[in-house]
Amino acid sequence: MTASTPGRSLWQRHQIIEKNSILLLIGILIAVSIGGLVEVLPLFYLKSTIEKVDSIRPYSPLELMGFNIYVREGCYLCHSQMIRPLRDEVERYGHYSLAAESMYDHPFQWGSKRNGPDLARVGGKYSDDWQRDHLRNPRAVVPASIMPGYPWMEKKPLDPTHIGEHLATLALEGVPYTKDMIDDAVADAWAQGSGDDASPDFLKRYPKAIVRDLGGNKGQMTEADALIAYLQLLGTQVDFKIYDDKANIR
Amino acid sequence: MSDISMRTKAMTLGEIGLIIVFIALACFSLLVASKAYDPGYAFHAWLFAAASCVAIFAIFNRYHDRPAEPPPQSIDGKPNYNFAPVKFMSLAAMFWGIAGFSVGLYLACEMAFPVLNFDLPWIAFGRLRPLHTSAVIFAFGGNVLLATSFYVVQRTCRARLAGDLAPWFIALGYNFFIVIAGTGYLLGITHSKEYAEPEWYADILLVCVWVTYLLVFLGTLWKRAEPHIYVANWFFLAFIVTIAVLVLGNNASIPVSIYSPKSYIVWSGVQDAMIQWWYGHNAVGFFLTAGFLGIMYYFIPKRANRPIYSYRLSIVHFWALIFLYIWAGPHHLHYTALPDWAQTLGMTFSIMLWMPSWGGMINGLMTLSGAWDKLRTDPVLRMLVVSVAFYGMATFEGPVMSIKSVNALSHYTDWGIGHVHSGSLGWVGFVSFGALYCLVPWLWNRRELYSLKLVNWHFWIATIGIVFYITAMWVAGIMQGLMWRAYTSQGFLQYSFVETTEAMHPMYIIRALGGGMFLIGAVIMAYNLIMTIVAAPRADEIATPAPALAPAE
Repeated sequence: MTASTPGRSLWQRHQIIEKNSILLLIGILIAVSIGGLVEVLPLFYLKSTIEKVDSIRPYSPLELMGFNIYVREGCYLCHSQMIRPLRDEVERYGHYSLAAESMYDHPFQWGSKRNGPDLARVGGKYSDDWQRDHLRNPRAVVPASIMPGYPWMEKKPLDPTHIGEHLATLALEGVPYTKDMIDDAVADAWAQGSGDDASPDFLKRYPKAIVRDLGGNKGQMTEADALIAYLQLLGTQVDFKIYDDKANIR
Repeated sequence: MSDISMRTKAMTLGEIGLIIVFIALACFSLLVASKAYDPGYAFHAWLFAAASCVAIFAIFNRYHDRPAEPPPQSIDGKPNYNFAPVKFMSLAAMFWGIAGFSVGLYLACEMAFPVLNFDLPWIAFGRLRPLHTSAVIFAFGGNVLLATSFYVVQRTCRARLAGDLAPWFIALGYNFFIVIAGTGYLLGITHSKEYAEPEWYADILLVCVWVTYLLVFLGTLWKRAEPHIYVANWFFLAFIVTIAVLVLGNNASIPVSIYSPKSYIVWSGVQDAMIQWWYGHNAVGFFLTAGFLGIMYYFIPKRANRPIYSYRLSIVHFWALIFLYIWAGPHHLHYTALPDWAQTLGMTFSIMLWMPSWGGMINGLMTLSGAWDKLRTDPVLRMLVVSVAFYGMATFEGPVMSIKSVNALSHYTDWGIGHVHSGSLGWVGFVSFGALYCLVPWLWNRRELYSLKLVNWHFWIATIGIVFYITAMWVAGIMQGLMWRAYTSQGFLQYSFVETTEAMHPMYIIRALGGGMFLIGAVIMAYNLIMTIVAAPRADEIATPAPALAPAE
């Protein structure tokens, strides 16, 4: 065969591929597979990828609804949730972000552009009232802000009817929601969002969840309540006074 | 069977099969519409049902009008090319281009004057921004790629496009996908994965369309009358196959219910971030680069009437480009919680990627050898060549920005926006405009464009617009990056975040001005192309002889 003739150049051998679309297709598939496999697969089995932090829990039903509003409104397009280990960022926003802090985010909300400040540790920085005023009209509290206003959000009633299905879907994907959490999801959402005293069961399931009147009308939940519950949780799950970063060096 | 003229007209298997599929889809959509959890999703279900009914009607109507025999593969020894879907896609590209650029301009104005959000949910920046990116990348760019790839594969294989209904399913199905995706963003239906925002049901439609696209493209290659597969088709094939892999990987998700538009991506946190930018950067690499290099490899040699500079260079840079690009994703995640080893790999391969990128640029530019003079007289060729120059510039800037210490400054700022737009306006935009200026007269059998002078106006207005745009973003990005890290002499952070926002206001206005000029250029192009279709003389008409010169008295 001519193909094995010594001295046949690489260019001539390449003609075999140029004349066969299936070989070309296979060649392309091999060429584009390697990089992806090498970079993605190890992240699933290298233990050092995600730090071990016990205090991080899945979102409560109300917080999850807030997360979904954050996603729906495209907040990630202007706000990152990823503090880099650079001096100015750590001083401006707080401890650099851990991989563990977004391990239950489907999908991740790290963002890629800061038209507004990073929100990874915004939880607890401002009062519920400030958050509510700011959502209603950002320029009322930050005159030079370029953020859109969301005054309709505190008027739109929150409908938790299907939130159990959301938890069940996430449980399928590996988020540790138990059967109780899924079954009681609607009640838990009301318990947290209406500002009534939450049952001890709720706080056992979702430790440190804020249960207070988020500023809306009693006995009624709005989308703003859910979003504020989510924002006030951001970055508060790890106690950095006791977190040992040396034990988790990547 | 002996007498062809006696053969009675019958529906093909494809026609019958598609009618059954669309009837089933229409019924299913109505069921979903009746039980949908969300009014936006119900609206989409109605759209699906309506589109299915229109498709069924269109198939019957086409069957009624068509001859009994399928169209011949060749007429008088010449291939009988199927250009009707290509015409549709070219017009769709023109329409979506103007729509996408307009939304971009509006967003630029929102950033300069936030009152333009009007506190309305549907046009708030966060919902409009995916509409802009999807409209320009997937609607405009996608239709340009579909049109040019179907044109080029037919011409370079000297074969009629494979499939009968399939090319129309691709053309209409893809544009319907765009409508579903775009209206979904405005209604708040989104995955929130950048450049992969459409929800699960739109993704399923896209996958059906895309697999058909791959089969039609391969089927046409199999029918080719040339022994070699032309180099432009390698790039188109790499683009089609790799985009399929990327879309499947990045959009893997489980819907909450078939009655809910919401789904959850199966990946989370750091793995999801890596997969997102494996997808995101290679949407740039394969959609906006490999596909458009396919365009470059056909339209520049054709327009300049010169062979490609180096065939060997095209082989080397093709394989190097597609192999290296896939690795570059993690440079979007420098200094994040992604492990360092992955960041370092991403940076290293991004820098190496500079070489095959410039291989493509050199091959494109040097094809002009011996024909450089045409740049003075042919503004279409000038547009194509300047696009390659912008490609070279953006693919140099990219590796620089992927260096971690540079990225520490540039990331999260408008420098990234500037970089993307020098690539997308300069390279993708201009090469698309050049291709459309070539394609429209060819497809509609016109001798030449309606007006080369208008092409010249388009070229200069858009070029100046791009310069305004990218310089404003460079200044804004570097300034904001430096302000974020500025310290007072006492060692405190010098600026609050909102002070950096205020400082960018003038740059945002200049950017909007540049974007507006780019849009004006596109409108001029649309007018020129429509007039070419409507008013330019046909290519086969005999040119009217010049009137005899009268002697001066």
